[in-house]
Amino acid sequence: MKILYGMQKPDEGTITVDGTQVTFASPADAIATGIGMVHQHFMLADNLTVLENVVLGGEKLHGIGSRARKRILEISEAYGLGVRPDALVEQLGVADRQRVEILKVLYRGARTLILDEPTAVLVPQEVDALFDNLRELKAEGLTVIFISHKLGEVLSVADDITVIRRGTTVGTADPRTTTPKQLAELMVGSELPSPETRESTVTGVPMLQVAGLQLNAVDPDGVVREVLAGIDFTIHKGEVMGIAGVEGNGQTELIEALMGMRDPDGGVISLDGADISHLPTRKRREGGLGYIPEDRHRHGLLLEAPLWENRILGHVTQAPNSKKGLLDPKAARRDTERIVREYDVRTPGIDVTAASLSGGNQQKLIVGREMSHAPKLLIAAHPTRGVDVGAQAQIWDQIREARREGLAVLLISADLDELIGLSDTLRVMYRGRLVADADPATITPEELGSAMTGAATGHLEATPEELAAAKTAADQQATAPAGTDAPGGTGESDASAGTGESAPTEHSARPEQSARPENGESR
Amino acid sequence: MKKFDKDRLLLGLAGPALALVVAFLLTSVVLLLSGRDPVEPYTLMFENAEFTDVQVLILNQTGTYYLAALAVAIGFRMNLFNIGVDGQYRLAAMLAAVVGASIELPGPLHILLIVLVAMLVGALWSGIAGFLKTTRGVSEVVSTIMLNSIATSLIAWLILPANLGVQPAGSNDLTTGEIAESGWMPGLDVEGGSIYGFTLIAFALGVVYWFVLNRTRFGFDLRATGESESAAQASGVDAKRMVLTAMLISGAVAGLSGMPLLLGQTHTYSLSFPVGVGFTGITIALLGRNNPVGIFFAALLISFLEKTSASLDQYGYEKEIATIMQGLIVISVVVSYELVRQYGLRRQQQKVGEELAAQARKNKEEVAA
Repeated sequence: MKILYGMQKPDEGTITVDGTQVTFASPADAIATGIGMVHQHFMLADNLTVLENVVLGGEKLHGIGSRARKRILEISEAYGLGVRPDALVEQLGVADRQRVEILKVLYRGARTLILDEPTAVLVPQEVDALFDNLRELKAEGLTVIFISHKLGEVLSVADDITVIRRGTTVGTADPRTTTPKQLAELMVGSELPSPETRESTVTGVPMLQVAGLQLNAVDPDGVVREVLAGIDFTIHKGEVMGIAGVEGNGQTELIEALMGMRDPDGGVISLDGADISHLPTRKRREGGLGYIPEDRHRHGLLLEAPLWENRILGHVTQAPNSKKGLLDPKAARRDTERIVREYDVRTPGIDVTAASLSGGNQQKLIVGREMSHAPKLLIAAHPTRGVDVGAQAQIWDQIREARREGLAVLLISADLDELIGLSDTLRVMYRGRLVADADPATITPEELGSAMTGAATGHLEATPEELAAAKTAADQQATAPAGTDAPGGTGESDASAGTGESAPTEHSARPEQSARPENGESR
Repeated sequence: MKKFDKDRLLLGLAGPALALVVAFLLTSVVLLLSGRDPVEPYTLMFENAEFTDVQVLILNQTGTYYLAALAVAIGFRMNLFNIGVDGQYRLAAMLAAVVGASIELPGPLHILLIVLVAMLVGALWSGIAGFLKTTRGVSEVVSTIMLNSIATSLIAWLILPANLGVQPAGSNDLTTGEIAESGWMPGLDVEGGSIYGFTLIAFALGVVYWFVLNRTRFGFDLRATGESESAAQASGVDAKRMVLTAMLISGAVAGLSGMPLLLGQTHTYSLSFPVGVGFTGITIALLGRNNPVGIFFAALLISFLEKTSASLDQYGYEKEIATIMQGLIVISVVVSYELVRQYGLRRQQQKVGEELAAQARKNKEEVAA
């Protein structure tokens, strides 16, 4: 991907565009040949308008004035992108930003689009809209390279599939004749990993209790804003509680309050019966808090430090890393070797820097590190984001394993399949509040998705037919942890049946994608 | 994986080597442009360094610079730019000299008191910058530069005879009065002069610096904060307290850098006490890559340039050639280190990839066999 976009040079091989062989020295060359890239992390300036963002760096094409605006509207119309050129980017949602990114690429005359994990940040309804856009592009004769590890999406949108594993093409597939299972086997070389947890291990012993948690932030212009309000929940030993929500609705702040990186303005957090509301981060970590951060580069690793120093990070006061204030590099190194071995971190040694490992291996190192200190509660934020399928399965296994041994887990993820599959209880976060809860045994990603946009609150119930179908499934599986079991659930739980039902109607306006066969069948 | 260690060492040396070569070449270009012999000054300087008295001068200067550079390096390891080492050093030396001259104590105690006062004053002065940064978010770069100016004015005022200063009879110089002999630190007498006792302490502090940074929890927290503040914070480091602590330690060490000269030779602070030591310390810390051994050689190099260039004007060359060279070293150091760093990072990533691929191939063959 980086090579196609001219960010890296290949050692061997050729790239052919439209029958002519090309070499790229920089992204500018790639753009000139009509290749455009929509990055996973958006590259937009928040404080500029859409128009300004689009023309930035492409001023020579159509100027920066009315000509550019006309061109943007033309493109927007032609492909049904619905972009407003004068809106400030900071006011746009994630899906809109993504459309701006696509428009930016088209504006530069791209005929081949590379989309890198474009659906990672979208809710299901937005994914459908994106796919509609992509079909428009296709109809206009553009080429789209769609990179994703979500098989259902690939199958529903692609005309041709190439599977790459560890840097080599392992096969191609025809989406019309391939099942997700076959595709998955191609991808991992074995069975499809599934986040599904089989038996419930939830106990009655509360591990983390949060009551009335409140966090305020002061805007630059002095306005006090509630970032978190009235957060109540309990996670028991052996329970995985998932929090769904569109990014930026307070999940990050919740984690920071739990980790002690931000001091809450109200409420009580207690871990295993001890009040930790205002303890410093280090004390909390020593008290048994494990943390898999959402941004491992910023919060989980020292990128330019060797692996064994990264193994110490976050646990510098604990054995085997140090004794009486002094580091014990020998023991730390030995233990790093163990983590590398047991958690299958692919590295030539423990003296290489963390930056030289792939994302999946970095994450495995972090998971190994956090698990090595027998945490009571694990906070896992997007634990498998940007991680290859093989590593993903391993990380899921490890979370499941630890859960069986009585670990409580707070799981925050944008991958709804992961949330539904791993969690025993589910909560939905919207604008800093926990607005809805759901039973992962019966909920579908679509329903969860509409609750994430604030369309549904309270206890999410499926429609009667769905409920009946789900019930038989649930009885067969004999899984029981219902979301409402947790004490201190949202107050609106009872009055929610009406609003809850609006969830399916909300999304029934859109044609159902056959993206997730397991769920599709049950409907 | 010893190989990666060796790699890192080689790359570590490549940076300074590249920088020095470039700096020497550029200096020669400057000499050529001004119509001078581009090589002769160097030979003169090397000849000069053969005298034992010059060697002692170089070594003593190295001690002073070593301490100043350590002070800067402590900040650097934490991503703090303590430009105020110079002010901290001068104010500390002056007040330590004042206290030392006003009290008489038995030998070692007297020296200890002077040293403690110097550390306290240095820490206090840098602590102001640390306090401002943690409470008000003031950049330490700005505040320490300002504090340098304030220190200059403060010293000028304090040293007036009306305040703490003394004007020796028949001299224009102002001093803080002479410290009694019990507060003099004995040196190591060698051929060509005496090596200050505190110079040796300075080098010993390098060992302490290494130990604290690499073998203690505190040092790990400090390095982690320097490498990634966000990661350190998530790992449980109180970043604000770390900033303040690092600033205080840096200031205390800066306060020590006046001690070799004060305790070993002048026994008083006067208007002729050297200025700019803190700034040279920045150059040295950069060149030595914050590594105690690297800093030693960097300090030695800079002292060599300075002391051996002093007599260049006897031969018709300006001694400022050495100053030009120092400046060029700083520029080339910054550029070459970044180049080498990026190259190293890329190379390692490539190597890791290659090794993993080789491993995978081997596994496959085993499976096939």
